[in-house]
Amino acid sequence: MTANDHSPNHLQLTRGGQLRHFLTLDGLSRELLTDILDTADSFIEVGTRSIKKVPLLRGRTVVNLFFEPSTRTRSTFELAAKRLSADVLNLDISTSATSKGESLSDTLLNLEAMASDMFVVRHSQSGAPHFIAESVTPGVAIINAGDGRHSHPTQAMLDMLTIRQNKGGFEGLKVAIVGDVLHSRVARSQIRALNELGVEEVRVIAPGTLLPRDVESLGCTVEYDMERGMKDLDVVIMLRLQNERMEGALLPSEREFFRLYGLTEDKLALAKPDCIVMHPGPINRGVEIESSVADGPQSVILSQVTNGIAIRMAVMSMAMGGQMSERQQAQAENEGSRA
Amino acid sequence: MSDMNSMAGGSLRITGGTLFDGQSERDNPGLLIADGRLAIMGASALEASADRTLDASGCVIAPGLVDLCCNLREPGNGQKGNIASETLAAAHGGFTTVCASPETSPVNDSGAVTHLIREAAASRGVVRVLPVGAVTRGLKGELLSDMAGLQKAGCKLLGNGSRTVGNARILRRCMAYAETFGLTVMFSPENQALAADGYAHDGQVTTRLGLLGIPEVAETAAVAEMLLLAEETGVKLHLSQLSCARSVEMLERARKQGVPVTADVAMHQLVFTEEALAGFDSRFHVHPPLRSEADRQALLAGVEQGLIEAIVSQHQPHDSAAKQAPLPATEPGLSSIESVLSLGLELVARGELSRVRLLQALTTGPSAILQESGLLNEGAVADLCVFDPEQAWQPSAKTLMSVGKHAPVLDRPLRGRVEHTLVQGREVWSASSL
Repeated sequence: MTANDHSPNHLQLTRGGQLRHFLTLDGLSRELLTDILDTADSFIEVGTRSIKKVPLLRGRTVVNLFFEPSTRTRSTFELAAKRLSADVLNLDISTSATSKGESLSDTLLNLEAMASDMFVVRHSQSGAPHFIAESVTPGVAIINAGDGRHSHPTQAMLDMLTIRQNKGGFEGLKVAIVGDVLHSRVARSQIRALNELGVEEVRVIAPGTLLPRDVESLGCTVEYDMERGMKDLDVVIMLRLQNERMEGALLPSEREFFRLYGLTEDKLALAKPDCIVMHPGPINRGVEIESSVADGPQSVILSQVTNGIAIRMAVMSMAMGGQMSERQQAQAENEGSRA
Repeated sequence: MSDMNSMAGGSLRITGGTLFDGQSERDNPGLLIADGRLAIMGASALEASADRTLDASGCVIAPGLVDLCCNLREPGNGQKGNIASETLAAAHGGFTTVCASPETSPVNDSGAVTHLIREAAASRGVVRVLPVGAVTRGLKGELLSDMAGLQKAGCKLLGNGSRTVGNARILRRCMAYAETFGLTVMFSPENQALAADGYAHDGQVTTRLGLLGIPEVAETAAVAEMLLLAEETGVKLHLSQLSCARSVEMLERARKQGVPVTADVAMHQLVFTEEALAGFDSRFHVHPPLRSEADRQALLAGVEQGLIEAIVSQHQPHDSAAKQAPLPATEPGLSSIESVLSLGLELVARGELSRVRLLQALTTGPSAILQESGLLNEGAVADLCVFDPEQAWQPSAKTLMSVGKHAPVLDRPLRGRVEHTLVQGREVWSASSL
């Protein structure tokens, strides 16, 4: 028995199939993902102009709501909103102050009352953006900037853009994701996007303690041995390892992790010669990745950052467009029913 | 509601319908209730004079349902529920006896608190309330509660609410001390170290949604430990709210070896799976968590085979704020007691459970664990549930009597409605007066 409509789409898509929130990649079609990438491509050009602005969100208010600290994601969202000519309000709200749902709801209702049009939300709890979109402020477009271990859809999409720029497409690609998959919202979103866009294989490479239960059900194969796992790769994505992983008895030491799962020139040489190296950042040099690899010719880490702005511009403008067309439709229906 | 006192002391005749006496179903031969008891069962009831006649055509007349695991939230949690509201909800659900969890404030860990609850239930309760005593002081899992005092005050079962007992040594002593008084101990088995901060079944849905999982082994490791300790101490052990297929297997093995163990399962575990969380629906944040379809099937088979004797509501009413947060920050539990029977009848309609086993698991099964017969025979207390298995109704904020409105099914019709609930021959719920 199903309790409800569980598909995330009833929440994040309009009846016409447009984005109105951007919460997760689950349930989004290849066409829509490709549309996001194409839209982002068109915004990359904006970043090269001397006046880096388009008026798509002029007069709109975007609130960056970061319940978890972030530098890069928040600043790229801010830049993206400003390049779309939106008014931007940045709020860093410590999680401890709003760990109770009631005050979270109250905070958001207050912001909604200030006529905000869009919330960019980062939260330590999985599902927080869903909760906000569904129960708190349904009239505000919600963009997920990372929730718990669940999803980080803009990061995954900027990674897809980077792969497409370097590989021309997704067909036939073998992609590995290496490291702490268990705690990674980025990995979950990447695996989903890579599968939907049609790569040949997604491989996760990690020790058993850093893999979630039934990880294969996400659409990937599992390899414990990194040297075996590097074979035939077109793309290798390294994940960040948090320092506190040693304390929970998940790993013995950073040194052993680097020896087994760190990306070195020797290990990279086992992949295809044109294999690109990616990392969502911030990098722990000497833990996940050797400096010479991070800064080497196969690394595309910095273009990931550039692409992040374009992807966020794309998603923000698309979600706002969805909200607008929904409002217009509701208005038309309203007038129709009165007539 | 109809005038509740109208039936007091009067006699009532019930005609028509199907009678489930606790063992099997047959056409109702005629029932006469007088002085709160079943005075006559048989055709002569039809000729005897009665103050009132209830036509039960199309309905099933069953013993009043018995719930081994229910939270009334009184004393101490008035914003979530109270004895008056939650026992009325129980009556709406067809229950005539509810075992009240010791997880109140103060915790029911002494005879004095038990008396307090029983007095409140006597004055404000709609159905019979049996307080479950805490097995450890303050439910902290560290020190023994006053078990003899709790027993003297009327507790038939002792448990530790939803909390775990600190370690195996304390658990062993709890069991040995309870066995001294012939008390039954009930535990929801969970190894705290393995469950850690989890709040959902460790499986495909938690992996996809990035939720913190509680692995199956958190339950099975505790079941194994408890079965071994029960075997050693000889205490009557009741395993409550099982959620895993493996637990049912272990239960079966222990039973064959003669370990004195019984078990229950919450109705929502028989109906829903981990997939209910797929939209981050915080209502289905329950503890123990909803697990896989294979687990659900094994639990159903366990009930059908009689390995699991009782189905419980595990009713946990909450104020709305408790569920108004991102799922990981919400409080666990469903407001379930009003829909238990209807959900069970849907399982019957789908061919997943026989009606006889469903009804036994809601009546005589739990009664036996309380060392009562629960059978409907002449002279028995007239605690009855009369339900129409075909009548539809819709749980909603308006139709639910509980303070908690987070029912497992909301705003869609359920088939199977409780028409009348009688406690000691007195009508405490009537659907027609809704």
